[in-house]
Amino acid sequence: MSERMEGIAELERQVAALPGVHATTIEKGELVAHAAREGLVALMTTLRDDPRFLFAQAMDICGVDWPERSERFDVVYNLLSVALNQRLRVIITTDEVTPVPSMCGVWPSATWWEREAWDLFGIVFSGQPDLRRILTDYGFEGHPMRKDFPLTGHVEVRYDEERKSVVYEPVKLVQDFRNFDFISPWEGITTLPGDEKVHEGREEEGRGE
Amino acid sequence: MSEVAPSDTPSATPPGTPPGTPPGTPPGTRRVEIDHHAINFGPQHPAAHGVLRLILEMDGEVVERADPHIGLLHRGTEKLIEHKTYIQAVPYFDRLDYVSPMCQEHAFALATERLLGIEVPERGKWIRTLFAEITRVLNHLLNVTTYALDVGAITPSLWGFEEREKLLEFHEAASGARLHANYFRPGGVSRDLPAGLTEKIAAWAETFPKFVDDLEDLLTGNRIWKQRTVDIGVIGAEDALAWGFSGPCLRASGVPWDLRRAQPYDMYGEVDFAVAVGRNGDCYDRYLVRMGEMRESVKIINQCLALMKPGPVKVQDRKFTPPTRAEMKHSMEALIHHFKLYTEGFHVPAGATYTVVEAPKGEFGVYLVADGTNRPYRCKIRATGFSFLQAIEVLARRHMLADTVAIIGSLDIVFGEIDR
Repeated sequence: MSERMEGIAELERQVAALPGVHATTIEKGELVAHAAREGLVALMTTLRDDPRFLFAQAMDICGVDWPERSERFDVVYNLLSVALNQRLRVIITTDEVTPVPSMCGVWPSATWWEREAWDLFGIVFSGQPDLRRILTDYGFEGHPMRKDFPLTGHVEVRYDEERKSVVYEPVKLVQDFRNFDFISPWEGITTLPGDEKVHEGREEEGRGE
Repeated sequence: MSEVAPSDTPSATPPGTPPGTPPGTPPGTRRVEIDHHAINFGPQHPAAHGVLRLILEMDGEVVERADPHIGLLHRGTEKLIEHKTYIQAVPYFDRLDYVSPMCQEHAFALATERLLGIEVPERGKWIRTLFAEITRVLNHLLNVTTYALDVGAITPSLWGFEEREKLLEFHEAASGARLHANYFRPGGVSRDLPAGLTEKIAAWAETFPKFVDDLEDLLTGNRIWKQRTVDIGVIGAEDALAWGFSGPCLRASGVPWDLRRAQPYDMYGEVDFAVAVGRNGDCYDRYLVRMGEMRESVKIINQCLALMKPGPVKVQDRKFTPPTRAEMKHSMEALIHHFKLYTEGFHVPAGATYTVVEAPKGEFGVYLVADGTNRPYRCKIRATGFSFLQAIEVLARRHMLADTVAIIGSLDIVFGEIDR
């Protein structure tokens, strides 16, 4: 096990020295590299072809949404080197409009993962010739995996016997979606009900300083 | 799609011919635009293994381009999991690849355990390894026999489903459900094996190699079967890697890569088994690899049964696993633990992990991001068949329409996991 960890630590040093890599960490025994959007194709090509890395496979590419950040999306590339038995996670960030260089020229398998990230998150990939929706319905609007997209969606579908066709209607729920708040009132509440003014006062004091 | 028909009188291409005109077209030759016809394969087709809509552009009976349209079974699993506690998320994994339910749960359980930093007791690990292998046989039996059915052999499926039923009874005995087991939980398995089950599994493992022999008698040397599968849908090792293949499909192309061996989890490091590897990367080799894997699975099952010792099957920390029913009858604290576990669940410290298992179809991964609450912040499911289906574009090109069916069968595609 320790031999394996030494291998990962060695790999971390080599990955950290590559151009375009901001930071590297080892999280729960997995190597993570934060990289820049620009020059990503060159970085990934190095990771694929360099005999020190040989990440021949992009096993998974996915988005993660952090709406409170200015660049709200993470694009996560989980790479696998079959030759060296190593894994690497490359993470870059982007927002709704900034395109991410497509990896379809590096790994052909990237096309569908990128289509999925576009479909579910609205992440744009530049240089991707086939950026169609993949999992959602034909004519679907919105990007459902974004945190601001409601779980219930916006439309529901049924077959109308009279019109003899499928019709789309706004979602009607008999019972509202119940989203339970599990944060303990003893630990989670920072402002007690009716005590909001104290909080405002504190904020003003903070601004004054 | 249209194409310019090549003429039959060769000569040099004169300047000024439109782009795309094949060399040797004499000036003044009549240009005929031929429309390739497109075929809608599915979404309701028995050989599509679910709801695959495959748009095939055909040149006569030869496939020019295959464009799979997926998502017809999309149920928003990843989004739903974000709104559930970690324990409530487990049953969704059964419903992904419904042919090998326990292996999907395995990936999620391992991912959660890695984030929590808890270690499953030994017996729990043995039971998981045992049932992961039973699930592998279950999956391969369904795949090989229905694949044969697609290609025209009916008997294997009739035999195989009988054998499958025996295995599903083991699932039922252990978990209470034949298919949607919800058996592997973060922290172990939901309960210990009932008395007498190990003996039944051992008795079955005794008879099963004979069944594999019989199945092989039906198919391996069968002339029609070989005509339909040998040299069909060939993919080389390099291409298979580039297209993100894993599992039996990658091994059939000659890459001896098995996560159970390379990155062992649970008790796979302790058992002895061989990795079945093919050579040609065609449909026939993918079949052979699966047959070999079933034999190896029986070996692993026998070792699990022999090496398993009595003991706890789940973590004994009541913050992660429920107390026994008997304990709850007299202990107030046990009752509180039970209530809190099934309403609020446990809080997972912030972090992320990409945890994989060697599912019967290949690498099944869960990229789990936790933010310190009781729900996953993001749970990306790396579906195995997603990459296989994407590669159908290169696998089926210039093959006959009927070969497409054999290719789909050999890739072992299940839409529950691809569409999620």
